[in-house]
Amino acid sequence: MTEVVAREIIYCDICSFPPEYCEFGGTFKRCKDWLQANHLQLFEKLYSDDALAKATSTLSIEKEQQISRDLEKKQAKEEAKMERELQKKLASKIIIKRIERNRRKHVISISGLEVCNIDMKKLAKTFASKFATGASVTKNAEKKEEILVQGDVSDEAKEYIENLLQEKGLDEVKVEQIDDKKKKPKPTAP
Amino acid sequence: MFKKFTKEDIHSRSNIKSSVQRGLKSKFLEQFPKLEPAIDNVIPKKSQVILIKCEDKISLYYVENEVVLFQHFDDLVPSLRTVHKYPDCFPKVQVDRGAIKFVMSGANVMCPGLTSAGAKLPEESLPKDSVVTIYAEGKENALAIGKLTMSTDDIKSINKGIGIELLHYLGDGLWKLVE
Ligand SMILES: [Zn+2]
Repeated sequence: MTEVVAREIIYCDICSFPPEYCEFGGTFKRCKDWLQANHLQLFEKLYSDDALAKATSTLSIEKEQQISRDLEKKQAKEEAKMERELQKKLASKIIIKRIERNRRKHVISISGLEVCNIDMKKLAKTFASKFATGASVTKNAEKKEEILVQGDVSDEAKEYIENLLQEKGLDEVKVEQIDDKKKKPKPTAP
Repeated sequence: MFKKFTKEDIHSRSNIKSSVQRGLKSKFLEQFPKLEPAIDNVIPKKSQVILIKCEDKISLYYVENEVVLFQHFDDLVPSLRTVHKYPDCFPKVQVDRGAIKFVMSGANVMCPGLTSAGAKLPEESLPKDSVVTIYAEGKENALAIGKLTMSTDDIKSINKGIGIELLHYLGDGLWKLVE
């Protein structure tokens, strides 16, 4: 009996489907651009004039047209949705709060990081090793995750986050630093 | 069954014993005899299978960071990624192009979508409750996996109502699940 080995499959980086099914996702245009840039051979196989002419379907022309109308609608909807989400993302803010624990010790809490769409635990670990300190993920009052880092590393964290945003093409997102100082007891009048 | 499935539905994960792993392989083979020449690639002898228990008594089996198969009542069902890798190891049916968008939104497959000109049923007759991989007119890869609600003979002769109960499809929660 000859052994059967796994076929190599290309999956679309944009919608995750095998590229022949991209037309049924909501991101067809971006999918096609990606395929053309990354797998030209498969792109030609699916979308060259020749391939399109050969693609036969048993459906009537009216039914085909119905399908493509539906797909266009779906794609337009999906694109509008993504645009809205992007705008919302760009308008969000990451806040680095410096909290005074006692006169010498500080912690910083970083919130609003969900915009980066990365694993919080991993990011906390990165901070911990980068700043040689402790870092953890906690949930704040609004049940959103934030990262707590021990030590006065607000500026360093800001720099790191800004680089990260740039990498993700999110440079428009603002990073704000605030100082949450313990109120000093007011000197009593003599 | 995975339409609304997310990470939150995962209850526990554990390594399975090698004896259990052997049992799993032989049961999977019993269900899909054509898998025999591929089984040691699907679940390599030295690999560690991880059992992930989920909501609604669903069990997923992970090998090397990918869901290879899952359990649905007494059936073992391959994941779509497994089917894409070993397409010829599982029974196939084909729906016409018109049915693709319905299947990809999680709908059960209706008989006419399996008997029309663009569709295909296997030559040999498959009994009711067989787990089948679902292909589509003009496409190379499977887009879903389901369970026959009637035999393929009945699908042809009755040609009405639901023919396949959909279990797993491109874009559902299981497809999107990445660890
Ligand atoms: Zn795609």
